[in-house]
Amino acid sequence: MATVAIIDYGVGNLRSVEKAFAAIGHEAIVTGSSAELQRAQRLVLPGVGAFAACMTTLRDHGLIDLVRDRAAEGVPLLGVCVGMQMLFEESDEFGTSPGLGLLKGRVRRFNDDLVVPQVGWNSIHQRCSHPLFAGVADNAFCYFVHSYFCEPVNTAAVIGETEYGVNYASVVAEANIWGVQFHPEKSQQVGLRMLGNFAVSDML
Amino acid sequence: MLAKRIIPCLDVDNGRVVKGVRFVSLVDAGDPVEQAKRYDLEGADELTFLDITASSDRRDIVVNLVRRVADEVFIPFTVGGGLRTVDDIRSILRAGADKVTLNTAALDNPSLISECAETFGSQCIVVAIDAKRRHTSSELGWDVYTHGGRKNVGVDALEWVTRAQNLGAGEILLTSMDRDGTRAGYDVQLTKAVSEAVKIPVIASGGAGKLEHFHEALTSGGASAVLAASLFHFGELSIAALKDYLGHHDVRVR
Repeated sequence: MATVAIIDYGVGNLRSVEKAFAAIGHEAIVTGSSAELQRAQRLVLPGVGAFAACMTTLRDHGLIDLVRDRAAEGVPLLGVCVGMQMLFEESDEFGTSPGLGLLKGRVRRFNDDLVVPQVGWNSIHQRCSHPLFAGVADNAFCYFVHSYFCEPVNTAAVIGETEYGVNYASVVAEANIWGVQFHPEKSQQVGLRMLGNFAVSDML
Repeated sequence: MLAKRIIPCLDVDNGRVVKGVRFVSLVDAGDPVEQAKRYDLEGADELTFLDITASSDRRDIVVNLVRRVADEVFIPFTVGGGLRTVDDIRSILRAGADKVTLNTAALDNPSLISECAETFGSQCIVVAIDAKRRHTSSELGWDVYTHGGRKNVGVDALEWVTRAQNLGAGEILLTSMDRDGTRAGYDVQLTKAVSEAVKIPVIASGGAGKLEHFHEALTSGGASAVLAASLFHFGELSIAALKDYLGHHDVRVR
């Protein structure tokens, strides 16, 4: 079975992600070790809190090039929450902060007339079929907590959409680079199913 | 569209649930994991654990509880009660909790809110506030209380929630001390006033007694979520029945 490595750079509730994989029978390790991350067959990039702080911490752990290199090798990479946002070129959070630039596009804040952050369960409209959605009903609910959302340049990469004031990209996929704005590890059976799909799907 | 949230609250003492012991089908009714799983199956959107342990090794007990819940329950959960320092909060979050609530500690030291928001992100910092109506002036208003509603802090509730938001709180857990335990309904005026004062989500708490109460807190009150304890614990109202009612009355639920 494919080894999933959850990138540990000191942020986020990694234990829950690890246990979610375990609950569906997939071995996942939480690690910040370059050697282990080099060996892993799939990578999960988590992230919570502020975008710039996450990027800075990832840099401080010396992992930015590693993530970019492994993505370029074609290793399946799943960004979760702020981890999804980090896949893009830049974010408007606290001025402008650069991201990993694996996907073209930027990250913007929700309109001020909304309750922000968006906290709770919202539905995901599947814009196309995709291995990540195998066995998941259209408009299934997932758990979100975020103030910013991704605006991909390549609209074909938007495979799932969610409405919160605007219709925004809640799930993206471009070749081996996937991202989910919600927390699959906190989205009950629907989220676990998607993590399982990531762990087994043959993307290349 | 975002769904409104239904949040059962469980009191825990020494790692055991001390309310909600009447779930007959549970193997061990006082086990937080069993109860959390049960609420998860019933359709709860989140869970809140309020720790009331009075023991010197309290922190270890709570961390152990959080770890066990996080291992088996895949919906978000919040832990509150007695958290006073950034280190306390770090250990709870690292063990697998999604959010913590700060109450008295934040009133004593408001910079704890900003410190935690900067360290862990606003999304996991819920500021809990116990508010009680002022009877001294003719104008409608609420004061902030601590110690289970016995001690008036001398701070206006609307000023405090605004300040908490500005310091980086991600949500407000708002309990009406006038209504808590009465089953007379949430204080809708208070809920509305707070929801209008802040831009962050407000969780209404205190006073739920029947279906209509949840509905009015989520509609007239403008709350993003409703929290209740005893009504769910004793099987008087199931979460499924509540969601069915709300769904039929134009409130979006999961």
